Amino acid sequence: MATLNVNIGNLKLKNPVMTASGTFGYGLEFQDFVPLDGIGAIIVKGTTLHHREGNDYPRMAETPMGMLNCVGLQNKGVDYFCQKIYPQLVPTGGTYIVNVSGSSPDDYAECAARVDKLEGIPAIELNISCPNVKDGGMAFGVTTKGAASVVRAVRERYHKTLIVKLSPNVTDICEIARAVEAEGADSVSLINTLMGMAVDIEKRKRVLSIGTGGLSGPAVKPVALRMVYQVAKAVKIPVIGLGGIMTAEDAIEFLMCGATAIEIGTANFIDPAVTIKVRDGINSWLDSHGCSSVQEIIGTIR
Amino acid sequence: MNEMKKYVLDLRVLEVRRLHERYVLIRLTQKEKLPQMMPGQFVEVKVEGSATTFLRRPISINFVDYEHNELWLLVATVGDGTRRLAALQAGDWMNVVGPLGNGFSGPSEGLSEVLLVGGGVGVAPLLYQGAALKAAGVKPVFLLGARTKNDLLMLDEFRKYGEVFVTTEDGSEGERGFVTQHSVLQKRHFDLIQSCGPTPMMKAVARYAYQQNIECEVSLENMMACGLGACLCCVEKTVEGNLCVCKEGPVFNIKKLLWQL
Repeated sequence: MATLNVNIGNLKLKNPVMTASGTFGYGLEFQDFVPLDGIGAIIVKGTTLHHREGNDYPRMAETPMGMLNCVGLQNKGVDYFCQKIYPQLVPTGGTYIVNVSGSSPDDYAECAARVDKLEGIPAIELNISCPNVKDGGMAFGVTTKGAASVVRAVRERYHKTLIVKLSPNVTDICEIARAVEAEGADSVSLINTLMGMAVDIEKRKRVLSIGTGGLSGPAVKPVALRMVYQVAKAVKIPVIGLGGIMTAEDAIEFLMCGATAIEIGTANFIDPAVTIKVRDGINSWLDSHGCSSVQEIIGTIR
Repeated sequence: MNEMKKYVLDLRVLEVRRLHERYVLIRLTQKEKLPQMMPGQFVEVKVEGSATTFLRRPISINFVDYEHNELWLLVATVGDGTRRLAALQAGDWMNVVGPLGNGFSGPSEGLSEVLLVGGGVGVAPLLYQGAALKAAGVKPVFLLGARTKNDLLMLDEFRKYGEVFVTTEDGSEGERGFVTQHSVLQKRHFDLIQSCGPTPMMKAVARYAYQQNIECEVSLENMMACGLGACLCCVEKTVEGNLCVCKEGPVFNIKKLLWQL
């Protein structure tokens, strides 16, 4: 039995397996399939200062080895989260991280400040990389200046562990990572979805309601792995890797490339118990390879 | 309604019966007793061996035979994923997540005549709903529409649980026309209409029910990914905002939808 615990800044995780925002609801949706307190951390659905209805249907298109989505941050707003959802999360014993999004640095900061008050939420993940909203989202995440401005605003008002989720839709993801590190981010997570598109040739139209969407699933894994590898070398803060992880072996690849923890996203749709299987699979792999701790493999590929 | 406990089940295929060039009936079982499932709920089926199929396929529950511990799924072959399911053979395994969604309203006080209107593969959940109503002492009446006689599915099964009325577009069986034109609608009074089928059909049924002031539920099949209310891909606009068809549906009272009736 290897030790699996890892630290992301001040945040201590019992294992490196997290869930990616928007793919695991608030965890409660998966209670019948997995013990929520057995997952390293559950990153809940993207939360904004105000209620958002999200984009029109259709919001999803299946692709070979993946899917496109353009949900557009549908959520009931941060106050609803704090008052109605948070109290349901506490008794599950799970570790929850709130994914925070917004349309201006002030929005992000105000939303983060309200989550800061929740005793049981030890960290937030700033989403500066959602490709599916017109205002804000990815707009901030594709320039060093934009990314820095959001992190600076949030850092002033948020005092716990601050993770920043990066967009792969950039020329040089390392410079964005360095920019948010310089503003006080405790960690970066990557990658958010790759912007893509699907066409219905019979209707001669784009499939998704807003035309484009974010690609996720195993199709993006090699891109994600390369970016995690590069960013882990570019920054000193811990990196959280995600993008197409379906198995423990996939997760181990990310860990070896420098990720301190990993997030599982789209795979939750295929197997609702995948998180625990990946956790146990990492453990067995470590055992069978004579490793006493997950730390022994993190960043071992130079 | 209380949320039903959900499971990941590895079920054994007992039989894949071809009912039609586009439809198969798959009978499944497992050693343990099958969990409780409600009529109108669905399962998410894993597809093996299809290079273009990544997500599970939502398939409505056609019937649960607790006596013989069988789950029946009626599958329309529309793409490579469902073709793989239709190609399964007795003895193969099928991995399903379920039961999912809310299901149709069950019998309630004062409910005596319920009309179940189906078309195409949408007839599937009405069999289980009809059986449940009959078991509770409510008489279901089935009104099933199809293009031609050849496209009508499982009529003998439906007849076990209630009267069956049929329309076909070419008049090859039952009355000619669409379900909403059938004479049974003039002759009989119904307290509740429950419908599943192509959206234009359900909209016509909803319009009829709305005009006649009859309670009406429809079962939607928006494209979905997770089936659990997590990804928010399958939303339908309602009076309560965007709701997940997979979790808050698939069955909606038409009063809740923003359909132009």
